[in-house]
Amino acid sequence: MARVPVAAGIFTWPSDDPRLIGSRCVACGIVTFPAQGSCPRCASTEMSEHLLPRRGRLWAWTTQEFAPPSPPYAGPTGDAFVPFGVGYIELADEVKVETRLTEAHGLRTGMDMELVLVPFRTDGDGNEVVTFAFQPVR
Amino acid sequence: MASDVAIVGVGLHPFGRFADVTGIEMGAIAIRNALADAGVAWRDIQFAFAGSYEIDNPDAVVALMGLTGIPFNNVYNGCATAASVLALAASTIRLGEYELGLAVGMDKHLGGAFSADPRLYACPSWYGELGHFVTTKFFGMKINKYMHDHGITARTLARVAAKSYRNGALNPNAFRRKPLSEEQILGSPMLNYPLTQYMFCSPDEGAAAVVLCRAEQAHRYTDEPIYLRASALRTRRLGAFEVHSPWLPIEETPGPTIDASRAAFEAAGIGPEDVDVIQLQDTDAGAEVIHLAENGFCADGDQEALVADGELEIGGRLPVNTDGGLLANGEPIGASGLRQVHEVVLQLRGRAGARQVPGEPKVGYTQLYGAPGVAGVSILCV
Repeated sequence: MARVPVAAGIFTWPSDDPRLIGSRCVACGIVTFPAQGSCPRCASTEMSEHLLPRRGRLWAWTTQEFAPPSPPYAGPTGDAFVPFGVGYIELADEVKVETRLTEAHGLRTGMDMELVLVPFRTDGDGNEVVTFAFQPVR
Repeated sequence: MASDVAIVGVGLHPFGRFADVTGIEMGAIAIRNALADAGVAWRDIQFAFAGSYEIDNPDAVVALMGLTGIPFNNVYNGCATAASVLALAASTIRLGEYELGLAVGMDKHLGGAFSADPRLYACPSWYGELGHFVTTKFFGMKINKYMHDHGITARTLARVAAKSYRNGALNPNAFRRKPLSEEQILGSPMLNYPLTQYMFCSPDEGAAAVVLCRAEQAHRYTDEPIYLRASALRTRRLGAFEVHSPWLPIEETPGPTIDASRAAFEAAGIGPEDVDVIQLQDTDAGAEVIHLAENGFCADGDQEALVADGELEIGGRLPVNTDGGLLANGEPIGASGLRQVHEVVLQLRGRAGARQVPGEPKVGYTQLYGAPGVAGVSILCV
């Protein structure tokens, strides 16, 4: 059984110091996540890869108390489903990223959060699929 | 106060669950009711626009109405589909192409939260795989942030939902016609904090239709025409906080409702203070709270007192969702906005029965909003 990322190219892998992989517009400087090939602000097609800060502040949040419709959701359902937090993390002055949160309780708008990689599900080949998430800075 | 497009007939198929009726059949029933209301025959209709999410070709309703060969366009535009249908029908008349036409919306959804392939929304597959492609979660985040920023309480959300179910109980066409107490609403299962099950509307089934004509011809059909003073549609700009967004820029921008509302008021030459009856998109109770401010009817945060004081009730200063809104009617996407227009027309005619807004309302307002970041506003007057 191996550990595999939920998708290629959204966080550095493998890495002891994981970072989300975004892009920055060479023309206007806007930062996106995930990386994209054109700029949503100035329509430039010159975008460069940009690693995002690991820490930020919780900008908005809620909880996901029921298993989302499958497909597209591929995680645990039924009795195996565990409610999780969801939010946007404001990463420095660069970008806000939507993310799973490691906690569903004790969340406060504005709290300091940091990037972690967590197990998400086991795929058909028995691999542990890993995703990015943010946890409160302790 | 002259306007160039008038609504001379409205019709509805009730909203709810109807196992034995197809979406197309619901559309035909709504059309027949609107034609009867206008006193015109199907063969008099010169063109039509139809909106639906589930029905690929709602114009197939001609098989039930009559194959008259009219130009009949199908429209889908997310949660603002019905606003687009109405605006396109009005523009066709305004441009002078035709003089009498039809706008109809119909839908028949399965239960549960809407779902789709995220890639169809320009989102990556992993976004859906991780469970982020859920509209209800977005609404939870949006109202949770709004409550934090503007001092709105969960009690206010419960009061808003209780009002909608109370109003729905007065509406024979509504899906949910049983009043629910604030405690029942707060005590129902939490779906996406702070929103509980009874604070959300449900996808359901239904149809609504509107007959429109050139304003100067309206009195051929009715003694009580309602004029469409403005209809505006806007999509999200960069920095608006919208559903299905894996990221947002640091810069914050007003959402499409604010843009559409301002454009509609400008086109109508009136302001929020002139509106007597209001229909807002209440996908959830929090959305009604946010939209009250986004459409200019109050300042951010004022909703807490306005709701507590009953100002959003049928007899209040700002009557909102007098027919129960989406919470009591559900959301058949293609029909939802024309259901709002149907209610406003009844209110402005003074024919809304047990839920009639007192004081002879003269100006009505409708707002649709939803995925993927689109809003439509219409302003109607006597």
